[in-house]
Amino acid sequence: MIPAPFAYARPTTVDEALQAIADGGEDVKIMAGGQSLIPVMRLRLAAPETVVDLSKVAELRGVRDDGDAIVIGAMTTHHDVLVDPLIAQHAPLIAEATETVADRQVRARGTFGGALAHADPAGDLPAVALALDAEFVIAGPGGARRTVPAADFFVDYLTTALEEGELLVEIRVPKLAGEWGMHYEKFNRVAQAWSIVAVAAAVRREDGQIAEARIGLTNMGPTPLRARAAEAALAGAAASADAIAAAAQSAAEGTSPSSDLNGQADYRRHLAQVLTRRAVTAAAGL
Amino acid sequence: MTQINVRVDGVSNTDDVEPRTLLVHYLREQLGKVGTVVGCDTSNCGACTVHLDGAAVKSCTVLAVQADGGEVTTIEGIAQEGVLHPVQKAFHEMHGLQCGYCTPGMIMASIDLLKENPNPSETEVREGIEGNLCRCTGYQNIVRAVQQAAGEMAGSAPAAETTGAQS
Repeated sequence: MIPAPFAYARPTTVDEALQAIADGGEDVKIMAGGQSLIPVMRLRLAAPETVVDLSKVAELRGVRDDGDAIVIGAMTTHHDVLVDPLIAQHAPLIAEATETVADRQVRARGTFGGALAHADPAGDLPAVALALDAEFVIAGPGGARRTVPAADFFVDYLTTALEEGELLVEIRVPKLAGEWGMHYEKFNRVAQAWSIVAVAAAVRREDGQIAEARIGLTNMGPTPLRARAAEAALAGAAASADAIAAAAQSAAEGTSPSSDLNGQADYRRHLAQVLTRRAVTAAAGL
Repeated sequence: MTQINVRVDGVSNTDDVEPRTLLVHYLREQLGKVGTVVGCDTSNCGACTVHLDGAAVKSCTVLAVQADGGEVTTIEGIAQEGVLHPVQKAFHEMHGLQCGYCTPGMIMASIDLLKENPNPSETEVREGIEGNLCRCTGYQNIVRAVQQAAGEMAGSAPAAETTGAQS
């Protein structure tokens, strides 16, 4: 199918983009890579009055070192994330999860910021951003900027803290101090890259123990979630298969997974436990 | 209508398009490049894969206006002066198709893969073309074709394990 007609704006700077969003009328959609938006527009599930296409806003692309954090431009494509040396050095979890997103054609167009702003519960990058305590830099009307922590960014199903007229500009990923291992463990159907459930784990080992673990859950509720009970059980635990398996038993606590054609809620809870055990085991280097 | 300038298979075009026009429809209906096909209409199947500014993309999931100022290569633009591209030739020789509908996309995705990974393992080929579906279930010969093309493009003889293919 063909999308319904819309007015099209193609700004070249963030300021122009904010203006185009302000001028776009009642129903404006911001298009990053378009790999989720164009499909829903084709199905007429979305029929915006105006599309603001960010593809020519060069200042939104790229990754830079900002001292205690790396900063990822919202329009950095998945492909560019995969080959970026700063991400490989400081946040390999992002690259590992990005590698599982869709396919190479979609990764050539789709963007890091677009995937986060879309906030699909089955998308892989929100749980990773949550596990790494990323911060979201948002530009508003007039150019004012605010920063929202990942814990507050994901509000509900396909809903984020982005208000009308606002634009996600960049994502700050704090550099982690100490020796961290990371792993993204995903369970999906072969013909579809959407996660049925996936687990993003970052683990800091110290003297044969797990000093700290951060665990993000994909598709265990309308938003990405941290497995807080499992994180608490792992803090100070032995870096052993038994201790990790015991802690992973609590991975689904506080979650509210949906039931759909891919799996029932209780099956997803089971998957969360199994995948948490595998993800933490790999992240701990066992 | 929005005016766009796009270079397609080496030829410059200036055209007016509606912003909602998908790149695949522009290629097929305005330029007559019907070698690029629409398979699924849901961004899953990859049959419409073309190269936009050097990267493989699904042309059903790009607006024609987004190709403005860019360079597009379709399946119709990869043979040089009547000589098949090595990947086309390998698909022919290894019988990397049954009905042929997925073939344009398979070939364009495979060329993109080989540019990044000139010598992929079987697993790497399968992962590299995961965005392309063949409903004749003909993946086995497609994978063989991509590996044979890799060998030919590297200037070496194709691997001996290709003997099982139909031809």
